Amino acid sequence: MSTDLFFAWIGVALCGLGLFGFIVHHHLMRRLLAFNIMGSGSFLLLVGLAQDGRGPDPVPQALVLTGIVIAVASTALALVVLRRWYRVSGESSLPEDV
Amino acid sequence: MSGGEALSWLLVVPLLAAIATLLAPGRWRGWGSLAALPLLWLAFTPVLAAFLHQGTLTTPLGGWSPPLGIALIGDGLALGLVGLTLGVFSLCALFAAADPDPEDHSHLWPLAWFLIAALNGIWLSGDVFNLYVGLELLGLAAVGLVALKGSAEALAAAMRYLLAALLGSLAYLIGVALLYAAAGSLALADLAQLDGGDTTVRVALALMAVGLMLKTALFPLHGWLPAAHGGALPAVSALLSALVVKASFIILLRLWLALDADPLAVVAAQAIGLLGAGAVFWGGWMAWRQARLKYLVAYSTVAQIGYLFLFFPLITGTGTDAARLAWDGTLLMLFAHALAKAGMFLAAGNLVRAVGSAQIADLAGVGRFRPLSLLSFGIAGVSIMGLPPSGGFTAKWLLLQSALASGQWPWLIVLMGGGLLSAVYVFKVLRHAFVEGPTRDTFRSPPTAAELAALTLALSSLVLGVAAHGLLALMRPDALSAVLEGAG
Repeated sequence: MSTDLFFAWIGVALCGLGLFGFIVHHHLMRRLLAFNIMGSGSFLLLVGLAQDGRGPDPVPQALVLTGIVIAVASTALALVVLRRWYRVSGESSLPEDV
Repeated sequence: MSGGEALSWLLVVPLLAAIATLLAPGRWRGWGSLAALPLLWLAFTPVLAAFLHQGTLTTPLGGWSPPLGIALIGDGLALGLVGLTLGVFSLCALFAAADPDPEDHSHLWPLAWFLIAALNGIWLSGDVFNLYVGLELLGLAAVGLVALKGSAEALAAAMRYLLAALLGSLAYLIGVALLYAAAGSLALADLAQLDGGDTTVRVALALMAVGLMLKTALFPLHGWLPAAHGGALPAVSALLSALVVKASFIILLRLWLALDADPLAVVAAQAIGLLGAGAVFWGGWMAWRQARLKYLVAYSTVAQIGYLFLFFPLITGTGTDAARLAWDGTLLMLFAHALAKAGMFLAAGNLVRAVGSAQIADLAGVGRFRPLSLLSFGIAGVSIMGLPPSGGFTAKWLLLQSALASGQWPWLIVLMGGGLLSAVYVFKVLRHAFVEGPTRDTFRSPPTAAELAALTLALSSLVLGVAAHGLLALMRPDALSAVLEGAG
């Protein structure tokens, strides 16, 4: 197994781990962290899988840079909504959560 | 300026307007946005003219061609959707600017402009990663709009919406990673050359489909929608229900047509169709059970989304005639629902404002005092129910014929049963509104411009049924004929 493919598998594992956390936990902060772990996993997958057996490829690296910017922005928005929700309701998880 | 270059202005104008309204003081934002709207139409006119003259337009942004650069593609479908977006947004903006809102919700304007930029970006993208960026921008702007009221209910709805949107786009992104690894390209046009039976491609398409269904709120993944659409400001609900949920649907439609060579696709398409049928019945049933007017309209969106997903079983593995009817019917359904639902949400907003209560039971007597708003609600209801001569009727008629042409008669039950259910919930509202001897004797008047905006949208959904032919002919893609040859 090449290093790139190894990274891709680690990415898959991180995605699975994140998804598990996202479903199991109700605390919104934990769900947000789980989402970030999933995000990192998908970035590893994106770069690793594309470079497997083909050598360095600038396109997926550029995509991941964009993806990181988007993940940071989404996390920031989620944190703002989460803080507001906590201030208004005093709860750290959503009501009647599934 | 050629039509191809003008394509990028459809993105630049809303982005500039978003930044300008963000920097402007709150009280200028509404009227400033109305002043910026003609610029957007001005950008659209040369594009449309060029398209009618020379067919599909392509612009490599900044002169960089794919795979490194990003191409904008203005085909018939994309430009039809841009036109729809501009029309619905213009009327919603008129509604929101006329609204004498006692609380300051002026942040609506920059967010709405970002929303329009994201929508136009999604309609015009020919590249799966650019679509991802569009989806994320759309999701973030939409969540901001839902959270705008700042109440606990609005924040919970926004948070739930945000979690669903993030999960959906991540599933889509992983699909993009797999597709890029398989194809070495991100352009939708290159993906068509992939072998559809390949495992990587299958997994990618499955992940993207689930993510996009979550974002479109297809039953049973619709849990986030009613609170987000039902609890927002009327103009926001209208934009979200009319346009935002359609964006992820259109992406799925384009992907499906690009990657259609899979023999398993027929099975998958039937499964998606079943979910659509579930949405029609569950959404209709839940809409009827709602006590609050705007939640009823929101559940009606859940039901109407179901019809769109009948596209997949009707176009996959069926003959040429059935596929063309399914394409026309689905797009007409999308347009008719967008216009009717935007009109219905704005009318519902006016009715709620008039009686000062969100409950349907409190509408008693409103039929006499605000006939125009009730009329708009009723006309929009005609299209939602699918009665002639509305766009909803013609769309259902086309889908019905498609189901018959491909011998898939069970979908007829869905189309007809769904129509009956929607009649039940629309008449529930009208019945309460026509009750005489109201318990209240004071009704507040919504602004005339707001009532006219709702009426215009509702009327255009009605007229669409008669005027649809030319529109549908323009949006029929060349790509479809290739698919049809393969299927036939």
